[in-house]
Amino acid sequence: MTPDFTKKMKEEYTIIAPDIFPTHMELIEAAFHIYGYKLKVVHYEGKQVIDTGLKYLHNDVCYPAICSLGQQLYALSCGDFDPKKSALIMFQTGGGCRASNYIMLLRKALRNMGMEYIPVISISFGTLEKYSGFKITPAMALTGLRALIYGDMLLLLKNQTLPYEVNKGDTERVVHKWTEELTRQFAARKGLTSGAMKKNLAAIAEDFHNIPREKKDLTKVGIVGEIYVKYAALGNNGLEKFLLSQGCEYMVPGVLGFFQYCFANMEKDHEYYGGGFAALWGGRIAGRISDKWEEALIKALEPYPEFVKPVSFDRVKELADKIIDRGVKMGEGWLLPGETAELIEKGYNSVICAQPFGCLPNHIVGKGTIHRLRELYPNANIFPVDYDAGASKVNQENRIKLMLAIAREQEGKA
Amino acid sequence: MKKLGIDVGSTTLKCMVLAEDGSLLFAEYMRHLSKIEERLTELLEKVSERFPGESFDVAVSGSAGMGLADDTDLPFVQEVYAERVAVKRLAPDTDVVIELGGEDAKILFLTGGFEMRMNGTCAGGTGAFIDQMASLMQVPVEALNGLAEKHEKLYTIASRCGVFAKSDVQPLLNQGARKEDVSASIFYAVVNQTIAGLAQGREIQGNVLYLGGPLTYIPQLRAAFNDVLGTEGKCPENSLYYVAMGAAWAGANETLTTAELINKLKNRVHKSAYVACRPLFTSEQEYEEFTARHRKASEGIREIAAPQGPMFLGIDAGSTTVKLLLTDADGNLFRPFYAPNNGNPVPLVRKYLQELYREFPDIQIYSSAVTGYGEEIIKNAFGIANGIVETVAHYTAAKKFRPDVDFILDIGGQDIKCFQIRNGAIDSIYLNEACSSGCGSFLQTFAGALGYSPAAFARLGLFAQKPVDLGSRCTVFMNSSVKQAQKDGATVQDIAAGLSISVVKNALYKVIRCASAESLGRNIVVQGGTFLNDSVLRAFEQEIGAQVIRPAFAALMGAYGAALFSMEHLPRNGAEAVLNSAELKAFTHSVKTATCKGCGNHCSLTINDFGNGRRFIAGNRCDKPVSGADTSEHYDLYQYKLQLLSAFMDNYRDPKKFTVGLPMGLNNFELLPFWHTFWTDLGFNVITSPFSDRKLYLRGQHTIPSDTACYPAKLMHGHLEYLLDEQPDAIFYPNMSYNTEEGLGVNHFNCPVVAYYPQVLRLNTAAPQKTLFIDDFISLADPKQFAKRMGQIVPKYFKAVTAQQVKKASEKAYAALAEYFRNVREKAEEYLKTAEEKNMPVIVLAGRPYHVDPEINHGINTLICRLGAVVVTEDSLSDRVKPFAVHVRNQWTYHARLYAAAKYISQLPADKNINLVQLVSFGCGVDAITTDEVRSILESAGRIYTQIKIDEISNMGAITIRLRSLFSAAADKAADS
Repeated sequence: MTPDFTKKMKEEYTIIAPDIFPTHMELIEAAFHIYGYKLKVVHYEGKQVIDTGLKYLHNDVCYPAICSLGQQLYALSCGDFDPKKSALIMFQTGGGCRASNYIMLLRKALRNMGMEYIPVISISFGTLEKYSGFKITPAMALTGLRALIYGDMLLLLKNQTLPYEVNKGDTERVVHKWTEELTRQFAARKGLTSGAMKKNLAAIAEDFHNIPREKKDLTKVGIVGEIYVKYAALGNNGLEKFLLSQGCEYMVPGVLGFFQYCFANMEKDHEYYGGGFAALWGGRIAGRISDKWEEALIKALEPYPEFVKPVSFDRVKELADKIIDRGVKMGEGWLLPGETAELIEKGYNSVICAQPFGCLPNHIVGKGTIHRLRELYPNANIFPVDYDAGASKVNQENRIKLMLAIAREQEGKA
Repeated sequence: MKKLGIDVGSTTLKCMVLAEDGSLLFAEYMRHLSKIEERLTELLEKVSERFPGESFDVAVSGSAGMGLADDTDLPFVQEVYAERVAVKRLAPDTDVVIELGGEDAKILFLTGGFEMRMNGTCAGGTGAFIDQMASLMQVPVEALNGLAEKHEKLYTIASRCGVFAKSDVQPLLNQGARKEDVSASIFYAVVNQTIAGLAQGREIQGNVLYLGGPLTYIPQLRAAFNDVLGTEGKCPENSLYYVAMGAAWAGANETLTTAELINKLKNRVHKSAYVACRPLFTSEQEYEEFTARHRKASEGIREIAAPQGPMFLGIDAGSTTVKLLLTDADGNLFRPFYAPNNGNPVPLVRKYLQELYREFPDIQIYSSAVTGYGEEIIKNAFGIANGIVETVAHYTAAKKFRPDVDFILDIGGQDIKCFQIRNGAIDSIYLNEACSSGCGSFLQTFAGALGYSPAAFARLGLFAQKPVDLGSRCTVFMNSSVKQAQKDGATVQDIAAGLSISVVKNALYKVIRCASAESLGRNIVVQGGTFLNDSVLRAFEQEIGAQVIRPAFAALMGAYGAALFSMEHLPRNGAEAVLNSAELKAFTHSVKTATCKGCGNHCSLTINDFGNGRRFIAGNRCDKPVSGADTSEHYDLYQYKLQLLSAFMDNYRDPKKFTVGLPMGLNNFELLPFWHTFWTDLGFNVITSPFSDRKLYLRGQHTIPSDTACYPAKLMHGHLEYLLDEQPDAIFYPNMSYNTEEGLGVNHFNCPVVAYYPQVLRLNTAAPQKTLFIDDFISLADPKQFAKRMGQIVPKYFKAVTAQQVKKASEKAYAALAEYFRNVREKAEEYLKTAEEKNMPVIVLAGRPYHVDPEINHGINTLICRLGAVVVTEDSLSDRVKPFAVHVRNQWTYHARLYAAAKYISQLPADKNINLVQLVSFGCGVDAITTDEVRSILESAGRIYTQIKIDEISNMGAITIRLRSLFSAAADKAADS
C-alpha cells in the first residue's frame, strides 16, 4: 500500500514540488499556502540533479521525468529536507502518454532509496487517487489557475522587455517585485477576485511599460514543445539564456493554454467517444472560466500596443484545426502545432520545437506536423531540438545557430 | 584584402585563403586529433610563410569552430549556412547538397523551397562511422573503396546509427562474409542512414552536389548514393573547402594578421567549464596499493611452460578477438593466446593448433570446448568436443577465483554481459542492447582517433585531475560529449579517464540498471579485456564503492571457463577432442555466399567449406539449407497468428464493388479480422498490404518525419505506398486513442504512436491527395457507441450505406475479433499441452500484436523453436489471470496483457519450464515503463526475465547467446526445484 497523506501531515509536512515554469512557481507555492499546505518548490540544478534522476529512474524514461523527479529525489537525498517530514507532489494528467506514470515512477524510486514511507500526492483533473489529508477543492483549483494567469502575465511581459531593457536588471526587478507583492496579497487572501485580478494585471502591465527600453532589431524566436522542456531551464540547457546571448527576443506561450487544451479535450472526447455529460460540462465550464481570465489578461494589455498579446484560445483551436485533428490529445497534442501557427502568425517566424529525446507524442504532434506547417507557412523556420541527459549542448546550440543564420538572412540581416 | 576561412570540424581542420577576385590561393586540411589550437597554429604558420606579413578578413566555421570563435572573439558562421553561401557562388545550378563530415551529415535543399537539415542527436557519425567500420575490419579506411569496387552482393546493415551497424557487421565478418561485400554494404548503410535521417519526406532529385571528406575520397560511396537516388551527383573541385570558403564570404569582417590570429589562439581562455568527476587516483602510492591488491587475486593459478598430463583446450571466439588456451587438470594455464580475429577466427585457431603440434607433438588433449559468437563455425571446423554458452563459460571460470561468486560483469570488445548467481545457478542475465554496445572497442577506436595505442590510452587517464563526466549514454552521444568537453578545455588525460568512467556507468546504469551497489551482490568478479584497463577497473570500484576481483588474465576468462568445462565433459564415444595434426594438414577453408531460395525469407547464406565434407552455413533462419528440409515440427503461436491473419489477406477484388485498403501494420495486426469482416459485410472489397519486408520499408522511407520513432511505426509508410499503388477507392486507417477494453487495467489506451499514426500518414504522405484517406477518430471499447459513431462516419463517405447496415456489420466484426482471440487462445492451450507431453520448454514471446510481423521480429520466434521450445504469445495467456495491482499505471490495453502474462507465469509451480521473453522495439518509450514492471513481477516469483531489443536490424548472434543462456539457466532452475 502506498502511504496516505493524512490531515496530520498537512500540518507538519513539507510538500516538495519541482521547478517547472519560469515565473509561476512562487505564486503556486503561495496559492497552496492559502489552503494550509506547506508547498516548497525546489530549484536545484546541475549534474547532481540529473544524476539522481538517472540513478533511480529507468534511463530510457523521458527526460522531463529525469529532471523534475530528479529534483524532488535530490531534495530528499541532499540533506535539506527531513525525509520523515516530507511529501512529494506531482501533476498527473491521466492521458495516454507515459507521463501519466510519473507518480508510480516516483514511488518506485522512493522504494529503491529506502524511503517508501514518503507520501506522493497526485494532482489531476479527475480523482485518480484519494488522500485523507489532501484534496483539491474547486476553490483551490480556481486559485491555482489564477496564480497561473499572473505567472503567464509576468512571463509574457518579461520575455518582451528583458532583451530591450536599457538598465540591466530592471525587468528582473519588476518580476521579483510582483512575485513578492502577489505572494503578500495571497497570504492576506487578496488578489484573487476578478476585480482584484483586473487591477493587478493592469498594474503589472504598466510597470513593465515603464521600464526604459531601447529599440533593437532582434530576431524573433518562438518556443513550443513538450510542456516541461519548453519552460524549464534545467530541461532545455538554459535555452532562453542562450537565445538572449544570441540577440533574440523569444516568446513562449503561456501555461494557461495547456489547461485550456485539457478542458477542450473533454468536449472533444464526448464528441468522439460518447460517455457521460459530466466531463463534457466540466470541460466546458472550466474552459469558459479560463477564457474569461484570458480575456482579462488581454484587456490589461490594451493600453500598451507595443506588447504582443496572446490570441484568444478559440483562435488557437482554429489554427490547430488547419493542421491536425483535435482528437490528438496525448502529450501536448494538437496544442503544439496550434501554438506554432500562432507564433508564426504573430511574427515569430523562427520556432524551436523543444522536445525530450524519444518523446512519443512528439513523433506525431512535433516532427509529424512540420511538413504540414511548412505547407501553410512556407517561410517558417521550424527547428526541432531534442533534449536528453546524453545530448550535448554543442549540438543543440549549433542547430539553433543554423536556424538563426537562416532567420537573419530572411530578415536581410545576414 | 584576402580572405581567410577556417573550418574546424569534429575530426579535421581546414584552412584556406581566397584572393580578392575569389580565386583560391591556398587550401590545406589535417586531422586535428582534438589538439585544435596546436594544429591550427601549424596551419596558420604555413599561411604566414606563403603570405608574409599580410592581413586577412578572417571567419571561423565548423562544429568545433563555434567554441573556438566564442572564446577568441572571432566572427563565426554556422557551417551549414556557410556551405550554402559557397554553393550559391560556385555551383549555382545545384538543387540538393549532400555533405558528410566527420560526425555530421547534412542535406541542403536549395530549390523548390529552401531547407537545411542536419543530423539530430541520434543519427551518429558518418565519416567517423566509416573509420570505425574500417578499424573493425582491420583494413585502412583508404582500402574500403577498392574493396567495395569488387563487391558481388550487398548485406543489409542497420542504417540507424553506427553502433547498430557495428553489431551487424561483426557477425557478418565472423561468419566469413567477404570484406568486399561488407565494404560496399557499409556504404549503402551510410546512404540509407542519410536518406532516412535527413530527407524526412522530401525527395532528393535534380542536380546533386557531394561535399565533405568521405564523399570526396570514396568514389564508391558516391556510387552508392547515385544508385539509391537514381541520379548522377557531382563532387566538385575543392569539395573539402566549401564550408571554409563560405565562411570567408559570409563572415563579418575581422581583419587580422596570422601572427595576431596565432596569438589569439595562444591566449584562448575556455569560457565554459565542463562537468568533472573525481580523479581515479590521487597519488602513485594509491595506484600501487590498488595494483598489488589485484595481483593477489590470481596467486593460486600458474602459467606452465610445457604440457603436463591430460590437457584441456578452451576457445573463446568472441566478436572481435579470439582467445585460446590450454589447462592442465589443476587449472593451470598453458599457452594463452589472444588476438584480434580480423573478422575471421578460423585461420588463427588453425595456426595456433599447428604451432602447438609442432612444438609439442606428444601433447594429450583430453577434451575441448568453444564458446562465443564463433562457436558454431569453430566447432564445425576443428571438431571441438563441446560448444557452450558464454554465460556458462564465464561462470565456470569465475567460480575458480571465487567459489561463492554472486555477480559477474564481463565487458568485452563488443558486449557487456552481466549475470547474477543465486543458489549456484545463473539467475538474471543482462546483456547490452544493440544501442549501447560501444564498450571496449569503443575505447580502442577513440584511442586510435586521438593517436594513442589502447594500452597507452588506458594509462593516460589514471592520474587525470578532472576526468570529464560523459554520462551513461551510447557511443554516439559520447562522441559529441567529448567534442563539447574538448571545446571546454578538457585535456586528453581527462578525456581518457572520462571515457573509462562512462564505460562503467553505461554498464551499471544502462545495462544492469542497478540502483545501488548492494543490489549487485557481495562477491563480484569482473572480467573481459576491458577490465585489464586499470582506469576502467578503478572507475568501477569507485562507482559501486566496493572492492572486486579481477583475474590477472581477465580477457581470457571465456576460454578458461571453456577449458574447465571440458574437463567435466569429455568427448563422447572416444572421439578426439580436436582435429589431430594430420587432419589439420588436410584442412582447407573456402567461403561462398548464396541466397537461400527455400522460402520467402531469402536469407543471405554464408557457406563455409572446411574440406573433408565439413561445412558450416550461417545466416539461415531455419534448418532448411542445412538439413535439406525443415523437418522438426514447430509449435509456434506467432506462425499460427500469421496463418489466421493470412486468411483475411487474399485481396480478392470483385470489380462491381468499392475497394477499401487496410495498411497491415501496428494495431491492424490484431484488428484485421475485425475491419475485414466489417467492410466485407458492408459490401466492400478489402485489400491489405502484405506482411512487411525490408523492401517495403525502403519504399516508404522517404516520408518518415521522425527518425527516432519505432520501427513498426516507420514501416507504416511502406505499407501506405504499397496500398496507394494498388489504387483502392479508399484507405481506411482510423485514429484510436483507445483500444478495446479487456478489464485488466485502469484504462484502455493505445500508446501515442499506435493511437495517432494515421495522422502522421495524413500529414506526411500523398495519401490524402491520391485516394480517399479515412482516418476518423474511433474507439472500439464500447460496441454500442462504436456502432453509433460508425453509423455516422461510414455514410459520410459512402452515401449508400445506412446506419442500420453499419450496426449489423459492427456486430459481425466484434464476433470475428472474438473468434480470432478464441482461436489464438485455444491454440495456445493446445501448445502448452504438447509442451507438457513432450517435455519441451515454453517461451512466452511477449510484445505487441505487430511483433508477429516477420520483418519486425526478425524470425526470433523461429529461432526459439529451433532451440527446441514452444512459443506462445502474451495475449494468448492474458485472460488467465484476474485483474491485479501493479506498481505502474496500468492504462494501455496491449501493455496490460504483458503484466497479465507475467503474472500467470509467476503463479505456476516453480518446476514448470515456462519463461517470458519480452520483445521491445527500439524507441518504444512505453516499454521503459513496462520492462521494469514485467521484470519485477517475474523476479518476485523467482522467474528469469529476458528482454530482447529489436529494431530495423537485430544482432541474431547476440540474441542466440541470450536465449541459450536463458534455456540453460531455466533448465538448471527447473532441475533445482
